[in-house]
Amino acid sequence: MPQITYREAIRHALAEELTRDPNVVVMGEEVAQFNGAYKVTEGLLAKFGPDRIVDTPISEAGFIGLGVGASMLGIRPVMELMFWSFYSVAFDQILNNAANVRYMSGGQINCPIVIRGPANGGTNVGATHSHTPENVLANHPGVKVVVPSTAYDAKGLLKSAIRDNDPVFFLENTILYGDKGEVPEAEYVIPLGKADVKRTGTDLTIVTYGRCVIHSLKAAETLEKEHDISVEVVDLRTIRPLDIDTVLASVRKTHRVLIVEEQKPFASVGTQLAYMIQREAFDDLDGPIHRLATVDAPAIYSPPVETEQLPNPGRVVKAVLAALA
Amino acid sequence: MSKKPSAPAAKKVESAVPASDYALTPINASLSREQKIDLYRTMVRIRRFEERSLRAYQGKNAAGGTNIGGFLHLYIGQEAVAVGCCSLMGKNDHVITAYRDHGHAIAVGMDTKPLMAELYGKITGCSKGKGGSMHYFAPDKNFWGGHGIVGGQIPLGTGLAYALKYQGKKGAAMAFMGDGAVNQGAVHEAYNLASLWNLPVVFVIENNGYSMGTSQARSSAGELAKRAAGYNMEWGQCNGHDVFEVRAVMDHFLTQARENSRPSTVEIDTYRYRGHSVADPDNTYRTKAEVEEYRNNKDPIQVALHQLLAAGVFTAEIAEQIDAEARTEAEIAAEFADASPYPTVDDIQKDVYWESDHPAERKSEGRLFFD
Ligand SMILES: Cc1ncc(C[n+]2csc(CCOP(=O)(O)OP(=O)(O)O)c2C)c(N)n1
Ligand SMILES: [Mg+2]
Repeated sequence: MPQITYREAIRHALAEELTRDPNVVVMGEEVAQFNGAYKVTEGLLAKFGPDRIVDTPISEAGFIGLGVGASMLGIRPVMELMFWSFYSVAFDQILNNAANVRYMSGGQINCPIVIRGPANGGTNVGATHSHTPENVLANHPGVKVVVPSTAYDAKGLLKSAIRDNDPVFFLENTILYGDKGEVPEAEYVIPLGKADVKRTGTDLTIVTYGRCVIHSLKAAETLEKEHDISVEVVDLRTIRPLDIDTVLASVRKTHRVLIVEEQKPFASVGTQLAYMIQREAFDDLDGPIHRLATVDAPAIYSPPVETEQLPNPGRVVKAVLAALA
Repeated sequence: MSKKPSAPAAKKVESAVPASDYALTPINASLSREQKIDLYRTMVRIRRFEERSLRAYQGKNAAGGTNIGGFLHLYIGQEAVAVGCCSLMGKNDHVITAYRDHGHAIAVGMDTKPLMAELYGKITGCSKGKGGSMHYFAPDKNFWGGHGIVGGQIPLGTGLAYALKYQGKKGAAMAFMGDGAVNQGAVHEAYNLASLWNLPVVFVIENNGYSMGTSQARSSAGELAKRAAGYNMEWGQCNGHDVFEVRAVMDHFLTQARENSRPSTVEIDTYRYRGHSVADPDNTYRTKAEVEEYRNNKDPIQVALHQLLAAGVFTAEIAEQIDAEARTEAEIAAEFADASPYPTVDDIQKDVYWESDHPAERKSEGRLFFD
């Protein structure tokens, strides 16, 4: 199987869906002529032309609202946020209009929009550019939220997202864009709402998603080699809909849980997971559910310190040892 | 690439027609007698529907509970705007507006029974009791809401225009807002996109002089429609008390949108007689005399009545009959709403996701709902 980057995988998904469905348009700041702020959309303008690959002004509320309106008439816009952090200036369009229009119209209107872009810390760009809003987004019934960790997942999930008739928010990661992984040349899709056990183990389950999957897999190696601890890593891949069954099956096997997430702790995705695990698998737990999150402060700029604010393999190892102590 | 924009220069479009002659402009002169009467009838139907809804709001149901909850923003006094604009709609023309949406809903042809039922929160409502007064929708009538956040619907309306253009359809979107909405950033972002991308949208500012209790003078610097000039858009102003003037002025801008794919902004002068929402006090920011002045001299229904009588289009008897029918229609709508069932608790989680409403076609897995 060819090895391609996470960035290329997303680009291939876009190109395939643009080819398949003439109603798909890609829109965002610098996506066309500039070839993408993070080069995800590189080459798409040349291939599909300016009607399909559309540069917007710096006007997130305007162009995302425009995408929502266009989607009501059957366009399938794939909107790029240069950073998901900028969702705050389009919050009303994303979470009042896209999330609610189906409901408030009594099911008469669909909003098949995809909003995608990176949502992560770890690049020393400070608090304004490091938000991870998956918990905020997923708090809104009517929307779907996807956070892929690998090239393979990113491609298959984005294709499903574009074909979905509900609004899907797709949260990528600038640090993963260059990571290579095996991606088949033949077409495939991955259904939303299906977790993936990225590593099997017997002593403890790490429930995680996004870049924290990569940290957790590295930590699991160390734990196996240095501590003889066998860790299972469950990658949620999609936050909403949530594949809680795969999580619970793992918990029933290992009886110990650590949630690892690049979220601020208060009312995070992990908070919801911990609630559901204790509610549905209480008798299977041999100890309290543990969690490793981002240190609870706005994202610090200072490069070496930001690494320690976020989950990282070293912190995951420590958290697993604490959970098993 | 040039740094300079190349769109046609923004200008104010002044009408060459004296106010008294609007009925004679081609778009109005070409109307049949029945079509002219229909404009009048639709305004009267809106008025009677809303008056009936106000009585329902103030009254109690048989169980002693409220008929209508929350807000009820009445359009009374503004009817000529929605009726004039929507009467110009062709099959590829679309409408979106804010929360003061009853007039537009009736003007695009929605049945008043489900509209009243929506106010009552009934499952037979146009949004199944899930939207309420502020959130009427009828995609089958090219009516895209009914939006509660001031200015939030304007990017959506621009997106409707974008879709028309992308799909190669010759049509226009009308995006309505109040005079207060022009101060929202989303409106300005939409203006810029519409002009930059040559989208077929007409932004309609229904200037009733107030945003809640704040007069235009206390909220907005400069002329409202003129802001469009900064975005290189044509703009115009219009007396919204005369349904024929609304049609004549809007026809120009809608044609610009449909034929040349150019957006514009039209500010239509109008007035609301009731409080901002029916429960709001109405004596802190304007005088009774001001309201009376509009009611007595500029009421759109009265203006049309006099025009149609003077032109011999109909008689006072026919006008009275139209009024009686409108009252009956409103009464029937209220009876329908009253007799209809509420949604059930099971209905709360319907219409959230397309996928959960179409389980046989669902492709995703996992839990969509949480408890
Ligand atoms: C973003 C936002 N801010 C405030 C409100 C509360 N609010 C509802 S209507 C309104 C006044 C709007 O006035 P205008 O745009 O002139 O419309 P009109 O009510 O006159 O039709 C206000 C302040 C709101 N719904 N949305
Ligand atoms: Mg107003």
